[in-house]
Amino acid sequence: MTARERIAGNVAGYVDDRTGAAKWMKKNLTKVFPDHWSFLLGEICLYSFVILLLSGTFLTFWYDPSMREVVYEGSYEPLQGLEMSAAYASTLDISFEVRGGLLMRQIHHWAALIFMVGIVVHLMRVYFTGAFRKPRETNWVIGVGLLTLGIVEGFLGYSLPDDLLSGTGIRIAEAIIQALPVVGSYLAFFTFGGAFPGVAFIPRIYTVHILLLPGIFLALITVHLMLVWYQKHTQFPGPGRTEKNVVGYPLMPVYMAKAGGFFFIVFGVTAFLGAVASINPIWLYGPYTPGQVSAGSQPDWYMGWLDGLVRMAPPIETVTFGYTISWNILIPGLILPGIMFTALALYPFIESWATGDKREHHLLDRPRNAPTRTAIGAMALTFTLVCLLNGGNDIIATTFDLTINQMMWFSRIGVIVLPPLAYVITKRLCLSLQRADRDLVLHGRETGRLVRMPNGEFTEIHEPISAEKAWLLTSHEQLAPLELPDLDGGGVRRPGAIKNKIRNRISRSMATAVPKATQSERKELEGHH
Amino acid sequence: MKRLSRLRRHRATGPILLIFALFTIGTTFQVASAVDAEQTTTIAARSAAIDEGREIFLKGCSSCHGLNAESGGIAPSLIGVGAASVDFQVGTGRMPMGDMSVQAMRKAPLYNPEEVYALAMYVASLAPGPEIPTEEMLNYERDGSTAEGGELFRTNCAMCHNFAGQGGALTQGKYAPTLMGVEPVHIYEALITGPQSMPVFSDKTITPEEKLSMIKWIKAAEAEPQLGGAALGRVGPVTEGLLVWTLGIGLLIGVAVWLAAKAR
Amino acid sequence: MSNEIELIKDPGLPAHVHRRADTDPKAAARAERQVATLFILSALGTVVLVYSYLFVDEDIFFFIPVLGNTNAHQLGLGMGMAIALFCIGAGLIHWAKTLMPDEEVIAQRHEFKSEDEDREDFVKTVKAGAAAAGLGRRPLIKRTLGAALGLSAISPVLLLGDLGPLPGNQLKTTSWKKGTRLVTDPGDRPLRPQDLEVGAVAQTLPEIAPGEHRSLNDIGKDAVLLIRLRPEEFNLDAERLSWTYEGIIAFSKICSHMGCAVALYEQQTKHLLCPCHQSTFDVTRAAKVIFGPSARPLPQLPITIDAEGYLVAQAPFNEPVGPSFWERST
Repeated sequence: MTARERIAGNVAGYVDDRTGAAKWMKKNLTKVFPDHWSFLLGEICLYSFVILLLSGTFLTFWYDPSMREVVYEGSYEPLQGLEMSAAYASTLDISFEVRGGLLMRQIHHWAALIFMVGIVVHLMRVYFTGAFRKPRETNWVIGVGLLTLGIVEGFLGYSLPDDLLSGTGIRIAEAIIQALPVVGSYLAFFTFGGAFPGVAFIPRIYTVHILLLPGIFLALITVHLMLVWYQKHTQFPGPGRTEKNVVGYPLMPVYMAKAGGFFFIVFGVTAFLGAVASINPIWLYGPYTPGQVSAGSQPDWYMGWLDGLVRMAPPIETVTFGYTISWNILIPGLILPGIMFTALALYPFIESWATGDKREHHLLDRPRNAPTRTAIGAMALTFTLVCLLNGGNDIIATTFDLTINQMMWFSRIGVIVLPPLAYVITKRLCLSLQRADRDLVLHGRETGRLVRMPNGEFTEIHEPISAEKAWLLTSHEQLAPLELPDLDGGGVRRPGAIKNKIRNRISRSMATAVPKATQSERKELEGHH
Repeated sequence: MKRLSRLRRHRATGPILLIFALFTIGTTFQVASAVDAEQTTTIAARSAAIDEGREIFLKGCSSCHGLNAESGGIAPSLIGVGAASVDFQVGTGRMPMGDMSVQAMRKAPLYNPEEVYALAMYVASLAPGPEIPTEEMLNYERDGSTAEGGELFRTNCAMCHNFAGQGGALTQGKYAPTLMGVEPVHIYEALITGPQSMPVFSDKTITPEEKLSMIKWIKAAEAEPQLGGAALGRVGPVTEGLLVWTLGIGLLIGVAVWLAAKAR
Repeated sequence: MSNEIELIKDPGLPAHVHRRADTDPKAAARAERQVATLFILSALGTVVLVYSYLFVDEDIFFFIPVLGNTNAHQLGLGMGMAIALFCIGAGLIHWAKTLMPDEEVIAQRHEFKSEDEDREDFVKTVKAGAAAAGLGRRPLIKRTLGAALGLSAISPVLLLGDLGPLPGNQLKTTSWKKGTRLVTDPGDRPLRPQDLEVGAVAQTLPEIAPGEHRSLNDIGKDAVLLIRLRPEEFNLDAERLSWTYEGIIAFSKICSHMGCAVALYEQQTKHLLCPCHQSTFDVTRAAKVIFGPSARPLPQLPITIDAEGYLVAQAPFNEPVGPSFWERST
């Protein structure tokens, strides 16, 4: 026994003496994690959240969340002598007077963008592989909650510097609050402590940004991770992998080193971006005043699709009995996003209702083997992407010699036409890939070698694929569509007949598939050769 | 008084007075004629420039703007637009336009500075209009204030030209051009003449000193080094989002793939 | 029938393939050196960071392709930090990949559902608990408790009442009154009609007494854009035309959609564009919306001149400025 091992042993003993955790620790230190690059996407979010906490704490040491008017006397000459809020002045001081302050500000902002990108790509991975299925529905809902809160938290952070761009963003947020029927103007006055912009808003959102939301985040992330831990990670199908096992590396030491190392990688990449790429150069925007605005005023990307949606909204407003409802704000700003996030959160339940599949799933789907789900995902992504493009339509127009009017009409039509198109194309693509899989299993891999048969015919030699590959391509299960009766035993229509019919229809669509290759078919084909 | 009357009666008084008078008249005349001569040369030079300008105009501009700059149906009348307008449009290469696109682009000027001046003099001779500001008027380093200029810029210019003077989109494919690399004289002329989509900023709404402050701020923004790293075009969050979706997540996924790949 | 079909079988976990470092001590030593090199690089990164913090002045700039004229202090700090962190990560991962055991382990999963017996007991306990509380048997308790809980939710809502004043008519009024002069923003100079040429614009605010301070709240409602056209270019009814003065027309600069400053005036087309959501307004037709999401024209400020010839408001805005709200009736 080396000295190191003895020390490690003593530590373990010390812990167990005081907590009696030996059994629990033994089980968990050898916990197995499957290895796949896409399983690290969630870790990107976790680590950038830690970076946000660290860099954010640094910023709070100098940031002054106050809308008190001060005269800037810092070292940035083009703003010297101007009146501005203490919040903006202190953000300038962080950027120019505190050594490394600008770097930290940029790391904080880049980390926020990476956090949101991480959430979205992680969500895409979970969605397209069907990792949200039983027993992980709760964790999916928590994840959707984190995404929503992340958007809010990011927007509040973007608002804190109180520069011209963030003020413009707050102005728009205020307009959305104000547009709520009945309570709108009251809610706006309560939020802002009076008329816009007032002097209360920055200190209020500061508390929400650094205390309330991070607290909720910590709680939700803890539950999210505990569930992953307790339920064990899903794994991709492959030889030796079943619904009943997990194949991978033990936590100690391999996964600890890899996951720990990846934290430093994420931090390093964020610091690299903070070092080489300017983000939100607030000193150029100038202090906020409602009478000014800059061309190309956009929110950060995770809000960009919402802004794009608001831009393309038709100009509809109704006045009934002297009361105004701004549909042009409510529909794109609240109703549509509300429907989208609700549908997103409920998706696992909707799918299991439609397929009638109530079993546990720990093996992931290859996206092609769930064509309808994949197609729905592609549809939602296309919708969001068209909105996002429209959110930057002015920049795109000037860059590519288009007009904002063309971009707007493209988006208005595209947002309705393109998602269904994406659905159809994706579904067909998935089925084609299934067909290709089937051919590969039955006929083998094309080698590109041509031989001439005795009868003069040319054929290409096909090599059979490995047993592992064949298993990978056929291990998935193909569900039969539901066949719920609409007549009961006596031939009378049941009360839920229409519901059943709809459910049968959806279930049929979900079960669309090219039959997977079987060993029987292979044998039969071999017999022919 | 006695002394004075005695002097007056001195015999030399007449001739001396005469000589003095002659001398005075002569000098005055000499000075006057010299001034006149100067004026004559300026007027001569100017009329030469006007003549040259007319020739250039007839060759290069009249097919669109009409033989007498009265608008040839395609392009607007130039009567009363002033020398400043011509200096801006031709000096920045916007005119002659070349193609009939939505908006005249800044490009290398077709005419040399003398020719531009000649054209400007010709158009100015048609009717009075804004003059080309002199160099003395354009001493923005001395007469301008950067911070004040920034405030004026954000109120009057940023909504079209963006917060850092990078330009932006207008309706139907028109755009506000970038202000980077534009000569101070051209910025000044654009402000007082309102070229193309741009409105006029009169001297009473934005005083000449305020205009110089704006120019000083624009020049400061142009010269500002990269304080926080690559500027990403200074167009706001769109390019930042693009970078995080390409380089940012790309690097991280790249490392993730390496991490999960089996070592050989 | 399904029994007859033979499916392709799981060949089981493939045999472990040894890495070079597992069999070749030289490869293992090389991997160890690589990991160590990464950690040393990381240390060098920290040295760069410390050096930049202490010794590199903040006003040194040097040219780097792609980045441009870059600040040495900022870049040194950032790159030092990035290298220090990234290399620790890369070293740890490389260590785990090449030198730590890479044999895949199989752990068994268990269905989350408990044994039937336990489950029945659990269900029974819950049922018994619910029965013991007897809520079903005592509707009076159930209802009063429900009412009390529901009512108690009022307190937090009520206690937040002092977050802000009630809106009153603040959303409907501005500082503009009959006779208020229009002054330039910034500069605070009153304007005469002849100060604006045809095609000129001016950003204006209501005049304030000397020494008085303008709050952002006021600017947010009062900002006005003055535009001068040729009077014959207007396409207005008689009333609206009487609100203009010699071709000068005044609109609220606060967008009727979501409140951004609308001031992108295109002199040739006489269109106003909002940079936030691209609502486009036609100035000649009283700022009628011709494109984009805004549903209402910009409010117009009737103007005229006072005895001294300065531009003043004839009356307040014709309607509430800024984005719509529920109580807004016109």
